[in-house]
Amino acid sequence: MLFLELIAQGLVQGSIYALVALGLTLVYGLLRILHVAHAALFTLGGYIGVLVMNSSGSMSLAFMAAMVAAGIMGIAMYRLCYAPMLKQPPFVALIASIGLYIAFEELFRIIFGASGLSYQAPPLQEQVALFGGLQFKQAELMVMASTAIIIAVLGYLQNKTRVGVACQATVSDPQMAQSFGISLNKVRDINFFVGSALAGFAGVWVALLNNLVEPTMGSVPSYKGLAIIVLGGMGSVRGTLLAALILGVVESFGTIYLGKFLDRNAIAFAFLIIVLMLRPQGLFARR
Amino acid sequence: MDYEISLLTSMGISVLFALSLNLITGFCGQISLGHAAFLGIGAYLSAMLCKTGLPFFATLPLAMLLAGFIGVIVGLASLRVRADFLAITTMGVGFLFVGIVRQQDWLGGELGVSGIPDSGLSKIGFMTLTLVLCAATAALCIYIKKSWMGRVFNGVAEDEDTMRVLGIDVPRYKLAAFAIGTALAGLAGALYAQNLKFIGPDSFGFVESITVLSMVVVGGIGSVPGVVFGAAVLSALPAWFQFIGDYKLLVYGGLLFLMMRFSPSGVAGMVSRVFNKGGRA
Repeated sequence: MLFLELIAQGLVQGSIYALVALGLTLVYGLLRILHVAHAALFTLGGYIGVLVMNSSGSMSLAFMAAMVAAGIMGIAMYRLCYAPMLKQPPFVALIASIGLYIAFEELFRIIFGASGLSYQAPPLQEQVALFGGLQFKQAELMVMASTAIIIAVLGYLQNKTRVGVACQATVSDPQMAQSFGISLNKVRDINFFVGSALAGFAGVWVALLNNLVEPTMGSVPSYKGLAIIVLGGMGSVRGTLLAALILGVVESFGTIYLGKFLDRNAIAFAFLIIVLMLRPQGLFARR
Repeated sequence: MDYEISLLTSMGISVLFALSLNLITGFCGQISLGHAAFLGIGAYLSAMLCKTGLPFFATLPLAMLLAGFIGVIVGLASLRVRADFLAITTMGVGFLFVGIVRQQDWLGGELGVSGIPDSGLSKIGFMTLTLVLCAATAALCIYIKKSWMGRVFNGVAEDEDTMRVLGIDVPRYKLAAFAIGTALAGLAGALYAQNLKFIGPDSFGFVESITVLSMVVVGGIGSVPGVVFGAAVLSALPAWFQFIGDYKLLVYGGLLFLMMRFSPSGVAGMVSRVFNKGGRA
């Protein structure tokens, strides 16, 4: 019983990690940049979601607004921050990204206050009993379901549409893709938009699950997101997805059985280090 | 005057700490996002030993030894991964350190260690000790940079595979960089604990690791005078920026971003551009 419950909780957490890490993977695959500021878009999504929900009362409007805002901000980050740095050594973009993240976190704190915002009437909070007496909040079920749907749709688009194929081509060989008439900048804009919108989407969910958005809510997903894309083998979408779910489950078991020795973050990173020692290329590297 | 002394002391500790990271990241090209863990190892060891009655000075070499020893273990583990993987692995080491310390009651747990016994030095005496150790470290770094080892470090940073082809035992030099760098971080940690008389797990987390990395990068990665300058300025910034109060970190983050956007080779790079126009930056 406890066993099933732990797996279920792990999958809920893993779905959130997956949504955040997918954007990181897209960026890493395209530009080889560890995009720490991605977590700021997750927080931005949470804030926009709560603000729109509280003023309009419509949850779908809140999701839309959060995704669009995060997506546009993502493109802005690419154009203003990363695009001019592509010729520099990788740590330059990493440090810039960290600087950007610190600045955003502070901006949220200054604008919205340090104590955070909550939903006036958080929807989807009822408990649902499933088979075997498993209890879920409606929101938790919705997180898992919507993550699964989004990823299925993305996978379909990536393989079946011109834009998706162009993205894949750009990831695997930018120069070749360019010589076939694919506009690198357009592809990168689309990737930043999609990845950032997913982070914004995840932000709204986390705000719903905890009924709270705070300036620092992005920090944990940002570190975990980086750990996940490494576990997943850097730049592989399927690997990232599996790694996110696995890490969620490992953490939820770890906090029960190892909680006396290590905290949640340490469990995740201990797992990461052990995996990297055994498979330095990540769990699901493409090559 | 007291304020200036304590500011100078903590600047000295930051400079020493930044120089220790520069050895690993700047000289040898091994990015570390968990360097604060080694500051923490030195700080905790020194603090706990001082509490058992050992004199502060005796804890300094021990802090260096333990931090360096654990640094070699981490280095050994890191030999299998490169570049971005290494950055994330070392970040993991940082989280692991904080996570372990936080759950250990005999290390003070969440609350940290307070009431660390005094070294017996006056404030000025402690400041002098810190600055002397700092100067000695800077001299050591310059010496290493010019030595055979420093040249190999530079080669490993530029192109590891070529160094291998040349018959250089690359892992040995990487481990040497880790050993020296982490031992010096341990020394900085012992000074840190003694300076504040209080340490807690949150003093050695990810933010601190990032802060020290940004000192190295803003100063000019690999350049000893650059790093000394970067660490001295960035560690004093929050104190100087007191007048903007709430906007302190906003400005700090923004500066970090702007610096990388417009002068990615740091202050040292800017200076050298001014002096050799047309030459390489």
